[in-house]
Parts: sequence; structure tokens; C-alpha cells
Amino acid sequence: MARMLSFKDAINEALDQEMARDESVIVMGEDVVGGTGSPGEDDAWGGVLGVTKGLYAKYGERMMDTPLSESAYVGAAIGAATCGMRPVAELMFVDFFGVCMDQIYNQAAKFRYMFGGKAETPVVIRCMVGAGFRAAAHHSQMLTSVFTHIPGLKVVLPSNAYDAKGLLIQAIRDNDPVIFCEHKMLYGTEADVPDEAYTIPFAEAAIAREGSDVTVVSLGAMVGKSLEAADALAKDGISCEVIDLRTTSPMDEDTVYESVEKTGRLVVVDESHPRCSIASDVSSLVAQNCFSSLKAKIEMVNAPHVPPPFAANLEDMFIPDAGKISEAVQAVAA
Amino acid sequence: MGSASPFPLNKEELLKVYRTMRSIREFEERVHLEFAKGGIPGFVHLYAGEEANAAGIMYHLTSDDRIASTHRGHGHCIAKGVDIHGMMAEIYGKGTGVCAGKGGSMHIADLDTGMMGANGILGAGAPLVCGAALAAKFKGDKGVAISFVGDGASNQGTMLESLNLATVWNLPAIFVVENNGYAESTSAEWAVSCDSYVDRAAGFGMPGVSVDGFDFFAVYEAAGEAVKRARNGGGPSLMECRTGRFFGHFEGDAQTYRADNEVDQLRTENDCIKIISKKVTDAGVIEQGELDAIDKEVLALIDDAVEKAVAAPPPAPAELHTDVYVSY
Repeated sequence: MARMLSFKDAINEALDQEMARDESVIVMGEDVVGGTGSPGEDDAWGGVLGVTKGLYAKYGERMMDTPLSESAYVGAAIGAATCGMRPVAELMFVDFFGVCMDQIYNQAAKFRYMFGGKAETPVVIRCMVGAGFRAAAHHSQMLTSVFTHIPGLKVVLPSNAYDAKGLLIQAIRDNDPVIFCEHKMLYGTEADVPDEAYTIPFAEAAIAREGSDVTVVSLGAMVGKSLEAADALAKDGISCEVIDLRTTSPMDEDTVYESVEKTGRLVVVDESHPRCSIASDVSSLVAQNCFSSLKAKIEMVNAPHVPPPFAANLEDMFIPDAGKISEAVQAVAA
Repeated sequence: MGSASPFPLNKEELLKVYRTMRSIREFEERVHLEFAKGGIPGFVHLYAGEEANAAGIMYHLTSDDRIASTHRGHGHCIAKGVDIHGMMAEIYGKGTGVCAGKGGSMHIADLDTGMMGANGILGAGAPLVCGAALAAKFKGDKGVAISFVGDGASNQGTMLESLNLATVWNLPAIFVVENNGYAESTSAEWAVSCDSYVDRAAGFGMPGVSVDGFDFFAVYEAAGEAVKRARNGGGPSLMECRTGRFFGHFEGDAQTYRADNEVDQLRTENDCIKIISKKVTDAGVIEQGELDAIDKEVLALIDDAVEKAVAAPPPAPAELHTDVYVSY
């Protein structure tokens, strides 16, 4: 039975159900329990935004607070994954990858290849991404494309609570390292989410809205903004097909190509900076594979090539919005 | 007929130790020669001179115990039981290599024997070992995990963070610093801020011990205590092995940063294989002829490994694209 559940609670439920199903699933990170060794409540926080709240009471020592030491505990999660565990390491903000990137891109991503196919590293690294929290340059980035570039990693960026649950369960059951990106502005958004455990396969994009004039490819929090733009554009007689990539590695290219072959027009909406982004990647792939179908130049809607700013007016300008998406669609539809 | 052994190991065990140390030495001396001839691609970092550490520590482990090695990893592999033919073929970049020719000297790994990999990133093994130790703790199988670093990587944040984490989580982990005096060309005397690694152990709340890494028995005994403590739930330890390498940082290193007679002196006065040989023969436990026989067998094994590695085919071209993911 489905009921309305928030994105945040959907993540919690996915972890809960997988921990109940499989004893090798363990969760570690700074404050994922919150309060270990402190004089007050043991389970005080349950994650910095409360995403893992309540799991400590059910799973005890399988929920592990860590010292503030990303290299050590992300590396430990990766090492434990090669020894038969299925760790979910929470990195809190994606911006902190800088201090433990070696463990991710040189170790986890490469074991299987370097070791001649003999290693499996079923680790999930959860992290919050994206701007909008007035959290400034060290807590607001969208680094999805950095991980997408690295062979050996899988990269997930859900746009809604239903997908968040199914994709996280898939990530935990997957036998490769997965970077699971959660847009912090989506935590409070709700969707119909089934009670039972279910998976959503990677590399299966969703068609969030069917349309015939312009293909709008988006992901994460940009899906909602693209749908908002599509609603407004429909009133002007422009029919947008909005595609939610859901995963960027592996990525469902076929759904994008089929849509572009139908519409002949492409706008890609991505909250990361434009250079070497998911937007530029999708644009390049479409140019290579659907060139003869294109009736107009491709438009990209990105954050600008600047760090996320603090001041509210600047951050609002930084994040792509429905207005900018509509302008891009109108430019290619003209 | 040998006398009763005054050592903690009996004759048969001592012969096994000697074979391990001699295999490492012969392997490395041969790789040195073959590299100079141009037969081996890439970078190789040789372990010759440090054999007592690998042999003395690994003697206490089973294939269920995990180790994470360094860029100077051949000795750790051999002592952990990785197949010598597979290793040699790997170093030659052949499809018959233990990693199918896709890892090379700096990434030799064999999870079946508990060898989690040599590592091109210095200090990267320490967090991984925390994970292996954590897995052993969850499984309750009394397994231990050992991280090797050199004096250079002992200064890495990953290493220092791992020491802290291992104590906080009370992990069955052992951190071995093989101090051969140099991080590439930079002296440990200069680059390591403390007088003794034992001081660092104390700072991270774990026991620390510094041993003469040229003396197999000193390493064996200290490692034995650390392994026993870890297996019994007593938590992590730090161990420094004061050692020296016979060759440069990598093959091709002119080693002009070393004193003129330093390597000669190492080879004559501090050769761990000569030292253990003298001890066991002087005690009358083993005869020189028995050691010579092992030398001959090891030489034949390494000859055969080189011959087969040279003759082996490179990986099939299709292998370029395989084994990136379990599924994609």
C-alpha cells in the first residue's frame, strides 16, 4: 500500500528495510546516530538533518557514529565492503568529498579493474548535494559530474521520494560502489511511496511528462523546476517532454535519443556548473547520436561558473529556475 | 641431526621462514636484473633487505586475515602466500598475471590469500584495513587486519586518522611502519616529527613497539603479541620495524642521497637473511647444506616464473573493457 511519504522518510525507510533484510548492511558516518559517548540522549540527532533518526534503536551497533575523519571512515566502509559487508557511509555534504576523494576514486572505483575482476566493493556513499539552503560555497555544490567521470563508480540523483526509496534499495543491493546524491531541498517533498521494499534499476530514465515539441532532460531538483516550466509553456502551446535521468552512471541514453528523435529539440537542465557537466555531456551525446534529428541548436541551463554564493539574492540567481528553463525552451522552439 | 631448537619455532617452521625470506630476496634480485635489461615495464619498487618484516609478521596470519600493502609490496605478497608465478606474470603485464595484467607491480592483489593490494597511493591502505578489521569484528571470526606503510606514508593523514578510528572502534587492526630511512629520497630523520613511532602510538591510545627489522625473531615476537592482542579483542597496535632497503626507491634510482658505503654496509652487516642463517646454523638447528638446498629450489622457482612470464601472452585486447563493474 502506498501513502504520502517525504523524501527524507523514504530514505530512512529504505535503510530500515535493507538493514532488516540483510545483516551485512551497516551504516556509518558523522552523527548518523548522533550523541555516541555524550552525556545526553544516545540517538540525539539521527543524522545532521534527521534522515537516519530511529534506526539506532532498531539496529544498535550496526549504526555507527564516526570521528570527524572522512578519509578513515569512508575508507573503512570501502575496505569492509571488500570483506563481505554492505556498508552505507554517509558523508553528510558532497562538498566534503575533497578530504576523502582518494578512497573513492583511486581505491573503491578501481579495485575490480586493477585486481583483474576479483574484487567486489558493494559500498554506498550517501551525500547531500545542491544549493538553496543559504549554506554557501562549502555546503551547496552539485558535484555529480565529477563522479560520473570516474570509471568504476555509479552515480544516482533521485528527484522524488518514490525514486529515492527504490534507487537507494537498488544501490544497497548493487555490487559496485554507488555515490548516492540526495538534494537537500527535496527532503521535505512528498510522493506516494509503497510500504514494501522495491527497487528501481539503474540506467532507466523516467519520462516525468510526455510531450512532442521540446525534450527537456533534467535530474534531481531540476526535474520539479522543469515540470513547472513545462506547465507554464503548455499554456503558450509548447509541449515539453521532461525526462528525469535518475542515474548519470550508468545513464539511459536511449530514452533521451528516442525523445529527441521525436521532438528534434533539446534543452538540458542541470544544477552543476556548465563546463564538463551532465548538461554538456548529454548535449554532446545527442549531437553525436541524433544530429540529423535536431531542428535547432541545443540549449543548456546550468548554474554559472562560480562557487555557490551565500547572499539570498545571489544564490537565487545561481540556481536554475523555471523562468530560465522556459526561456531556453522558447529559444529552441522558435 | 639438528639440536632441539632454542628458538620459538621448530626446525620445520624455521625452514619455512627461511624459504619465504629467500623467495622474496631471489624474486627482487631477479626483478632488479630483468628490469635493467628492459623486460619489465613501468615502475617497480623492491623490498630486498626488508624480508624479516614480511616473514616475521605474516607468519602469524592465515588467509582469512587481511593485509593492505604499499607500493613496495612484492615481499608482503610472497609472505602472504600469493602465487609467485602469478606475481611475476603480473609484473610483466601478462594475461596470466594474478590481476590479469591490469594491476602491475603497484597494484598486485589477491583477495583469496587476504592480500588487499599493493597501493600506488601512499597511506591509502590504512583506512581500508580499518574496514577489514571492522568486517572481522562484525563476523566475529577473530580475524585481524594489518596495514603496512613506510616511514614516508606514516605522516599521511589517512594513516593518522586510521590510528584514531581503530582505537575509537577498538578494531583488531595492526599498523606496521616499515622504517627504511627514506621516503623516496627524503630522510625519515628529517621528515618524521617524533623521535619514535612509539610516541605516536601513545598519542592515539594504543600500544606501540619499535623492533630491529633486520632480526626476524624480534619482528616475529613483537608481531605475535600484537596479533594475539587483536584476536582477543584487545584492540589495535602500532609497530615500527627499523629496516633498510638494498635498492633505490624505484628501479633506476641512482641513490645519490645515500652515504657512499651505506648499501654495502647494509648488505654485509645487516642482511636479515644472513643474520637468521647464522643464528639457526650456529645453534645447530639447521645445517648450511639444508639452507643451500632451499636456495637452489627457490632459484629454480624464480627462473621458471620468469621464463613462463616472458613466454605468456599479454591480456587479450578485449580485456581493456572488462571488469570495470560487476554489472553496468
